[in-house]
Amino acid sequence: MKRELTCIICPRGCGLTVQINGDNVTVTGNGCPKGVQYGIDECTNPTRTVTSIVRVANRIDTMVSVKTESPIPKGNIFDLMEIIRKKEVNAPIEIGDVICDNVFGTKVIATKQVK
Amino acid sequence: MNYDIIIAGGGVIGGMVARELSKYKLSVCVLEKQSDVAIGASKANSGIIHGGYDPEPNTLKAKMNSRGVDLLYKVAKELNVPFKQNGSMICAFGKEEEAEVFNLFERGRENGIEEMRIITGDEAREIEPALSEDVSLVLYVPTAGIICPYKLTIAAIGNAMDNGVELIRNFEICDIGKTDSGFVVKSTNGEEVTAKYLINCAGCSSDKVAKMAGDGEFEIIPRAGEYLLLDKAEGSTVSHTIFQVPSANGKGILVTPTADGNLLTGPTAAVVESADNNEITPEGIRTVINLAKRSVPEIQFSKVITSFAGVRSSEKDGDFIIEASKKVEGLVNVAAIDSPGLTSCVAIAEYVTVILKGIGVTLTQKENWNGHRADMEAFNHMSDEKKDEFIKQNPAYGKIVCRCEGITEGEIRAAVRQNPKALDMDAVKRRTRSGMGRCQGGFCSPYVMRIIAEENGIKMEDVTKKGGASKMLVGRI
Amino acid sequence: MLKCDIAIIGGGPAGMAAACAAYDAGVKDVIIFDREDEMGGILRQCIHNGFGLHKLGKELTGPEYAAVYADMVKERGIKVYTNTTVLKLSNDKVITATNTEGILKVKAISVILAMGCRERSRGALNICGTRPAGIYSAGTAQKLINCEGYMVGKKVVILGSGDIGLIMARRMSLEGAKVEAVCEIMSYSGGLTRNIVQCLEDYNIPLYLSTTVAEIHGRERLEGVTIAEVDANRQPIESTKRYIPCDTLLLSCGLIPENELTTGAGIEIDHITSGAVVDQNRQTEIEGVFACGNVLQVHDLVDYVSDEAEIAGKGAAEYVMGKSTKGEVIITKSGNGVRYVLPQRIVKNDEGVSLFLRVTKPFGKVKFTVKSGNEVLVTAIRIKAAPGEMEKLTVKADKMAIAKNEITVELEEV
Repeated sequence: MKRELTCIICPRGCGLTVQINGDNVTVTGNGCPKGVQYGIDECTNPTRTVTSIVRVANRIDTMVSVKTESPIPKGNIFDLMEIIRKKEVNAPIEIGDVICDNVFGTKVIATKQVK
Repeated sequence: MNYDIIIAGGGVIGGMVARELSKYKLSVCVLEKQSDVAIGASKANSGIIHGGYDPEPNTLKAKMNSRGVDLLYKVAKELNVPFKQNGSMICAFGKEEEAEVFNLFERGRENGIEEMRIITGDEAREIEPALSEDVSLVLYVPTAGIICPYKLTIAAIGNAMDNGVELIRNFEICDIGKTDSGFVVKSTNGEEVTAKYLINCAGCSSDKVAKMAGDGEFEIIPRAGEYLLLDKAEGSTVSHTIFQVPSANGKGILVTPTADGNLLTGPTAAVVESADNNEITPEGIRTVINLAKRSVPEIQFSKVITSFAGVRSSEKDGDFIIEASKKVEGLVNVAAIDSPGLTSCVAIAEYVTVILKGIGVTLTQKENWNGHRADMEAFNHMSDEKKDEFIKQNPAYGKIVCRCEGITEGEIRAAVRQNPKALDMDAVKRRTRSGMGRCQGGFCSPYVMRIIAEENGIKMEDVTKKGGASKMLVGRI
Repeated sequence: MLKCDIAIIGGGPAGMAAACAAYDAGVKDVIIFDREDEMGGILRQCIHNGFGLHKLGKELTGPEYAAVYADMVKERGIKVYTNTTVLKLSNDKVITATNTEGILKVKAISVILAMGCRERSRGALNICGTRPAGIYSAGTAQKLINCEGYMVGKKVVILGSGDIGLIMARRMSLEGAKVEAVCEIMSYSGGLTRNIVQCLEDYNIPLYLSTTVAEIHGRERLEGVTIAEVDANRQPIESTKRYIPCDTLLLSCGLIPENELTTGAGIEIDHITSGAVVDQNRQTEIEGVFACGNVLQVHDLVDYVSDEAEIAGKGAAEYVMGKSTKGEVIITKSGNGVRYVLPQRIVKNDEGVSLFLRVTKPFGKVKFTVKSGNEVLVTAIRIKAAPGEMEKLTVKADKMAIAKNEITVELEEV
């Protein structure tokens, strides 16, 4: 099987060709080694970093931005959003504070400081 | 509620009539269909104070226009509404059109307009260099001016309210009953107000209002006019209001600076089904651009910041209708007020009081009437030193909310609180110009939404653009 | 009147990086003015990731990238006036600003303009139809959602496939809205390819090229839009018109540098970049006034904004310390396939110069040539070139030495 992909690791957006023959996966068109890994992952277990916001309960109309510490399986993005949407946190919050622990193999962490 | 007089319609005519009547010991109420005043033609027109050369002599239009100019300048001063007497130029392009310049001059003379001159195209270009080389003859009317029509309307109704007039918004009249003691006016929301007299200033709906009251004598023809408004950076392209003589090509498109310093071009004139037909059309935009360039070729249409359309109410005979109804006692129709309605508004209001006297209304002056309104733009015009002092007393004036127009939080809060209160985004925009600049609210709308919510004690989610179902947001995350 | 060595207008990514660079070059008396309650500019609402790969070697979200620079500003003890809007810049470098304490006047030896840009509005696009609620520029919607926590709509059409539009298509989808379509009037997207993949394709959002929103419907809240394919003159084709019900229209139709203060000071604006005309130190026509970031030219990556701001910051510091910026002037020109070249002029010294440029349309493999007269100063091959991506070409010192009067940058397809 052959798939044409655009690498999303960096803004360059290399056009990748991924050739899959059983366990043997080859990637061409990549501009850097990260592209190979992306090509393989995208065809076997595609993942994405999810970014969103969580309401800060003890501040008026304040949201804290959050992200998954590492990418999660693409198929779980909306499941994670369900969890994030229900979440509320209290300030003060520092960048890197854990907002949701142990979700789809990673953590959701704050990307903004709220004093 | 029972009043002496109900005014149907919160446009510039209803507003000026309300202000005029607020001088007297009368209970007066203005009924407005929309969530704010100055929503119809009063919001979207050219903002021109016409010199008075145009109307047919001896018509109401001619009388009201020539009397109205000075009255309007006087009232605008009292209400602190900015205006500028910038003069207008009516341009002929070539021999054929030049005859019309002489006709207009003669007509102006008959209407009692004294300060007019006919000048050559070259003379005109000396004082207005951007004028097209093709302009051959010009009727120059130095008394003409520019004013912001919705600011005038808001100020008039606000001043009337300061003097005791009531304003009921979102009151769409659906039924008018006639009793021995007067009128029973019902709204689509089931409200009811009564009054001895009814003054019909309902703009494009004035024929419907008259009909509901039992007078089916006239019919309004709605005509849409589309405009393009350009960035303030283009506001000095011309200093005069540039008209084209009416010709076989139509009534022509004007090019004018506005009282706020933008450049305005338009309007088209298309008969439409109703006042709701205020859409912008591709044909309209094309017409405005092509015809405006005929007068002023160098207009930078890439600097358009917004387009809008207003629907004017005309009548088949072409004159204003300002009279006590021949059929229904106590009803005064002030209808078909198209151009020069803005110029005539104060004169019309004055004339309405004469009509009211004629049908038996007693007008007793109030002792404490105050025709002056606070200067909403005072802060803008202060020196830096003055502003500094002012901010130290009112810190909200130190926070710029609308960066394009330099409008502060203090000004917005003051506008929201002043009569008639601003309840929605468009209302704030019309009062303060916040969101009216080149970014068209891109940066300031979240701040303005919050101020409206705070000042009116409502949730952010309930802030609307222009009342009704025009909510800005669909919920909290 | 206050005095300072360098005053920086805007505390976004450009202003922060310029301040640090100026400080590190030896000028400690630096003030940043920012109108918001904290620095960071537009990055504060860009909660998505993808920032910093080039500049910081790691992938960060917007707020994280901003925090890195805000911390650098704090560490250096650089003075920051937040909640302070600059009202005026005079040509003798006096800044008039306002905040809740009063009017502030500061006389600076050097000024760095870092005011960023704004989005093109509906009015500027002349879209026909009614004027209901529910029409937002993509950035305004982004602020309302990400900073204030309010949802702007449920059924969305996006006009313009710039990066903010693409990012917002994903953001709205994640928050449960249905994005019906992204329409792009051009025959190609102005956004990064990676954003088309991860923001549209991931969420099955269709991108219609050569398509625009022809009409807006609805009196109170938006009820729908008519979209249509466009002809060669970008006019809607009647027979392709199609109605899409929606309650929200987001506009992502380009960014315009915010140069009102710049023009107020009498500085010449380049009509293609819509930013000031500058030399290689990002110095404008007024000596000691520098510009960087999106107020100078709209960038596709914040990393390059930081790079440019460092050039301006260093240039401003050198100006304050008395280094001459006078010399023979070389004008840069755009040749075949090149929309603009920045800097617009180069003051000749013994150093090399980096040229930043954008191409006129998408190209496959191209060869860029930088020439002065008949002398080729540098050539470069790119696998592809797109208007959405800024190109950088460096002319080395020995080649600059032979340049005379003009430098032209052109491309040919190879």
